[in-house]
Amino acid sequence: MRHLLSAADLTRDEAVLILDTASELATVTDRSVKKLPTLRGRTVVNLFFEDSTRTRISFEVAAKRLSADVINFAAKGSSVSKGESLKDTALTLEAIGADAVIIRHGASGAPHRLAHAGWIGGSVINAGDGTHEHPTQALLDAFTLRRHLTNGEGDLAGVRVTIVGDVLHSRVARSNVLLLQTLGAHTTVVAPPTLLPVGIESWPCDVSYDIDTALTDADAVMMLRVQGERMRAAFFPSANEYSRAYGLNAERLRTMRPGSIVLHPGPMNRGMEISADVADSDRSVIVEQVANGVSIRMAVLYLLLGGNTKGQGS
Amino acid sequence: MTALVLRGVRPYGEDPVDLVIEAGVISEVARPGSASGRVIDADGLVALPGLVDLHTHLREPGREDAETVETGSRSAALGGFTCVHAMANTDPVADTAGVVEQVWRLGQRSGLVDVRPVGAVTTGLLGEQMAELGAMAHSQAQVRVFSDDGKCVHDAVLMRRALEYVKAFGGVIAQHAQEPRLTENAQMNEGRLSGVLGLTGWPAVAEEAIIARDVLLAEHVGSRLHVCHVSTAGSVEVIRWAKGRGIDVTAEVTPHHLLLTEDLVAGYDPIYKVNPPLRTHDDVAALRLAVADGTIDAIATDHAPHPHEDKDCEWAAAAFGMLGLETAFSIAQLALVDTGLLDWRGLADRMSVRPARIGGVESQGQGLIPGAPAHVCVVDPTARRIIDPEAVASKSRNTPYAAMELPGLVRHVVFGGVPTVRDGALA
Repeated sequence: MRHLLSAADLTRDEAVLILDTASELATVTDRSVKKLPTLRGRTVVNLFFEDSTRTRISFEVAAKRLSADVINFAAKGSSVSKGESLKDTALTLEAIGADAVIIRHGASGAPHRLAHAGWIGGSVINAGDGTHEHPTQALLDAFTLRRHLTNGEGDLAGVRVTIVGDVLHSRVARSNVLLLQTLGAHTTVVAPPTLLPVGIESWPCDVSYDIDTALTDADAVMMLRVQGERMRAAFFPSANEYSRAYGLNAERLRTMRPGSIVLHPGPMNRGMEISADVADSDRSVIVEQVANGVSIRMAVLYLLLGGNTKGQGS
Repeated sequence: MTALVLRGVRPYGEDPVDLVIEAGVISEVARPGSASGRVIDADGLVALPGLVDLHTHLREPGREDAETVETGSRSAALGGFTCVHAMANTDPVADTAGVVEQVWRLGQRSGLVDVRPVGAVTTGLLGEQMAELGAMAHSQAQVRVFSDDGKCVHDAVLMRRALEYVKAFGGVIAQHAQEPRLTENAQMNEGRLSGVLGLTGWPAVAEEAIIARDVLLAEHVGSRLHVCHVSTAGSVEVIRWAKGRGIDVTAEVTPHHLLLTEDLVAGYDPIYKVNPPLRTHDDVAALRLAVADGTIDAIATDHAPHPHEDKDCEWAAAAFGMLGLETAFSIAQLALVDTGLLDWRGLADRMSVRPARIGGVESQGQGLIPGAPAHVCVVDPTARRIIDPEAVASKSRNTPYAAMELPGLVRHVVFGGVPTVRDGALA
């Protein structure tokens, strides 16, 4: 594995290896000196064409805990807005000697281009591209699910996950559906028909328009951020109607199985897709997801950049 | 003046003849080996009437970094064409007699093909105000085809008026059928793959709905309509229905929509980014059958040169369009002749006769008979070549067929009695 562009790139064994590696590396976070020498002398670039303080910081912390040199390259304005082109930026990073480029970009497929257009030689990690994918988010979600639902080991066979919200525009949903399938979980996506992509019936998941039936036998529910401005493009009539029909509130949470958990990739729209009391409830693992994100990104960097604890990876 | 003789050539792949050309016309179809003059050995090669393209972007004026009338004419000649229609979306837009005459004169100067300027339907392609269609029709360029290609004339009233107005001078509106609201920020065919790739979908209905509206408008006002680059099976059904109803509609399809499918988008390489987008296998199959049964009248290249930097980037930032002139014949042979859907006469009809008629170009598409203007394309259907983007005559390199091995080679081209291409190179 040289790049991580899509959750679909991962086999079951590769995904489990990443989760297992993250489990080991998570112990570093619990130490007083939170640092390993593994990537000393390696250069990792955070190339962010979109604002995302959360994801950037998570990758930055992950790289630093492995002793990599981290460069934050906030490339405001891609070639779409006639700034420096992605290619020229890539050539610059190559000249600097980047071992890995973590890219967040508004255009779907931009990481794929960066990895395959012959512009750079290092590893490329997709930190979210357009409405395509966000594979490390799916990995950290799987890591979180595994901790709570399968004793932190193996895959997610038999686990039932319901994903609710703007699937059409969500890179998180795409990566999660793919990875959950790879790990043996059963996934149901729930959204108004306007927020489901054409062709959803071919995805490896069930589809429902009704959140209430989709919650009853779920082990976990993952709420997606829904941007209020979507209503202006006629995806739904109003924020209130959306919230009533698809929002997760305390009443709906009570219909879920005991021990089931609530995830959200953040940032949340409290009162829109998730009520404040649910977000702050003991069933919510949203804050833990953030911590797990660091461990997962450490694992991905570690495995991609040649840290090879178990003689696996290539 | 010595006659030009295409010795042993097989018109439409039929029995060999000597095709004798004098004073710009075909003077005689003689027994093979019998004619004398300046002989071009065309033994066993297939002669077709010079190809006519209804849809070419020559980019001049304004984007001479991508193509000029001169480089585009070279590309056209090498592709077997003797006439191209230069689309109006230049900078400035070809929406006045001045601009279309400029393009026409540049074509005359290069002298490799008939360059027939297409006039814009609306001023600046803005879809608001009808351009001076009459002035362009009555200019030296004698414009007959009007199109806002690249943009759809989406205002129903404006489209109706344009269809009506051009009747006065035998013009035709060539519609770029794309409902704008349904295709805002659209990147690729909408379907299973667009959902997986996270690229905004371009639904087939956005094309089909405009075609349906326009054929009904054409029927209502008794006008002639031409549909540019049909790309979906549904569009074919609408056009077939309209023709069955007696509506005066014609349609074209691009070579790439006869061969390539949306699956190529999966690698996010913008070389495959095109408007209308590459569609599905089912669409390709329906389009091929529609050309075969005549529902689609013409193969038109939509040759769209772009400088390298406009394709060497992320998908969303890239320009729409691909080269077509130098590969059109090969793709048509591969998709239609080698599959048995059309014989050479059929291909000549779709690539020369009908497009000339649609474009109102009386000197073109007249066939290979004595007295016809000597526009001849001589091809070797048995030859194969590997497409090398660095070897094209176009100023741009954005061919989607790079490294593909394609059948059929344009060997010789005669334009108005004068050889423009000899042995696959400019004469």
